Amino acid sequence: MTGALELVSPAGNPAALHAAIEAGADCVYLGFRDETNARNFPGLNFSRSELRQGVRYAHDHGVKVLLAINTYPEAGNQKPWYQAVDDAADIGVDAVILADIGLCEYAMRRHPDLRRHLSVQASASNIDAIRFYVEAFDVKRVVLPRVLTVPEIRELNAKIDVETEVFAFGGLCVMAEGRCSLSSYITGISPNKEGVCSPASHVRYVDQDGKLLSKLGDFTINSFSDTEAAGYPTLCKGRFRSDDTASYLFEEPTSLNVLGILPDLMDAGVSALKIEGRQRGKAYVSQVVRAFRTALDAVAAGLPIAATALPEISEGGRETSGVYNKEWR
Amino acid sequence: MTVGMSELSMGPVLFNWSPDKWRDFYFRIADEAPVQSVYVGEVVCSKRQPFFDAVIGDVIERLQAAGKEVVLSTLALVMAARESGMVRELAASGEFMVEANDIAAVALLSGKAHVIGPFINVYNEGTRDVLMSKGAIRICLPFELPARSIAAIADGASGRVELEVQAFGRVPLAISARCYHARARGLAKDSCQFVCAEDPDGMAVDTLDGTPFLTVNGTQTLSRTCQVLGREMTDLRRMGVTRFRLSPMDMDMVAVAQGFRAVLDGKMESTELAHVLQSFMPDVAFSNGFFHGREGYVDHITGE
Repeated sequence: MTGALELVSPAGNPAALHAAIEAGADCVYLGFRDETNARNFPGLNFSRSELRQGVRYAHDHGVKVLLAINTYPEAGNQKPWYQAVDDAADIGVDAVILADIGLCEYAMRRHPDLRRHLSVQASASNIDAIRFYVEAFDVKRVVLPRVLTVPEIRELNAKIDVETEVFAFGGLCVMAEGRCSLSSYITGISPNKEGVCSPASHVRYVDQDGKLLSKLGDFTINSFSDTEAAGYPTLCKGRFRSDDTASYLFEEPTSLNVLGILPDLMDAGVSALKIEGRQRGKAYVSQVVRAFRTALDAVAAGLPIAATALPEISEGGRETSGVYNKEWR
Repeated sequence: MTVGMSELSMGPVLFNWSPDKWRDFYFRIADEAPVQSVYVGEVVCSKRQPFFDAVIGDVIERLQAAGKEVVLSTLALVMAARESGMVRELAASGEFMVEANDIAAVALLSGKAHVIGPFINVYNEGTRDVLMSKGAIRICLPFELPARSIAAIADGASGRVELEVQAFGRVPLAISARCYHARARGLAKDSCQFVCAEDPDGMAVDTLDGTPFLTVNGTQTLSRTCQVLGREMTDLRRMGVTRFRLSPMDMDMVAVAQGFRAVLDGKMESTELAHVLQSFMPDVAFSNGFFHGREGYVDHITGE
């Protein structure tokens, strides 16, 4: 553990968990292999026994494990989510990351000693909302939605008595998290319910008139010429037409990277930095965690941050500080 | 289960209409529309709110004089301290019922009777029960819930909390800190010049190959289709949903309300309602996919 600022790494599988720990993560976050978490992708996540082994390994190395149970339980079928909370307590994770109000209540009532973090999917973006979750469910940390600027985060932290965690690197939701049904509208599969956005099962690439079209369901998300690299058709990172003009209307394919504004964020009073990417491999995890570990250690030692860009692992090779800078809005 | 009374609500105007147009719309709803409740207030963008301050008093007065229940709707995404202040003011008024669309409002309204708006994530009976314990007397359910989820939430809700479902209008799909209307016109949110006011039904977004795709309304993204749950109201009433929301579009919403009222009263078939509605907006596709557990844009009857 280095200083007060925790580096929270994704772990999409046991190999990524080992890589994160080796690269210097303070915490890893992960999910069960089902619809109870927001990265419910094929071949990803942990079985119960894998989690038990992972927790043992992490704790042996002084690293915490946070379990994301951050989709919304299905009405009439809440059992799998309740079971996930029960198993998390039994296995002994360091905290659960929850979004649903009913599930927060269940976790508090059944496992009062199991530490609760509020998922970004709960979209608590202001003092009153955060106060609600702290008072009603005694959450100890809030993962802030990616809608706030650094000055807004600073102002918020000055007025609340709960830890905040912010996204530092990786894929960037441009919509308020947990409040987006775009993918559900186009594919019928809901990020909030099933834990998948722009699911691979609905992706196709089609050659048409010398162009390569990327499609999600029945809709064209982008079109690439021979000279362009075809990206994955994440719905909000596509090119669309409005006012007779084609553009990346919502956002370009890009990755969030806060290395350049790290001292500002630390000064704003956040407790933890979260790296997105449970769907990414161990090479990505190693590289990003190592870069942030080095930078955090440098800042702690009063040294400048050596390198801030990670273009080779950024979506579309591009980086943004996103909403942390006001101009993004 | 017997099917009880069903009421219609007029949802808040989501688009940036001029204050005159906005006022005249609500005046006409007050005078002519067969709706019991009317939701008033800026839900999408706090920058728009000051324009309505001059006329909202007259609107509320007219609606109340016409015997309508007035519910004040809060912002759906509260970020800046200024926006928190707006919600606190609404919640503190005490004079009107308030519809909470951000958890901030739920926090501030705890212990008082209030309405949970469709922008609050109520996906299950567990969350329903917590919100009821905080004072929720009515819940307008999230847009993407399928019939079986609505039924499960309605089961056990009867007599304890009233359930509302949007039966007409574009479906809100996302809200953002970023303004896409401004971005599309080469502007930033802070210097937006209120370009969203140029599109009273939102800005059409097509795919590159020309397929109608989405609708942008400032920081909000909505369906391109108009959701119409005329036929589905029978099932919804049987489940225990007692209230149907009509979300304003730039068209004759009095006629829309009369059509839905006639269907609820058994005086018009839902197929006829669909024809009437289509005649108002021949270029707009209808949808009901979310209710049927499918892609939201789909019209389940025709299988499109």
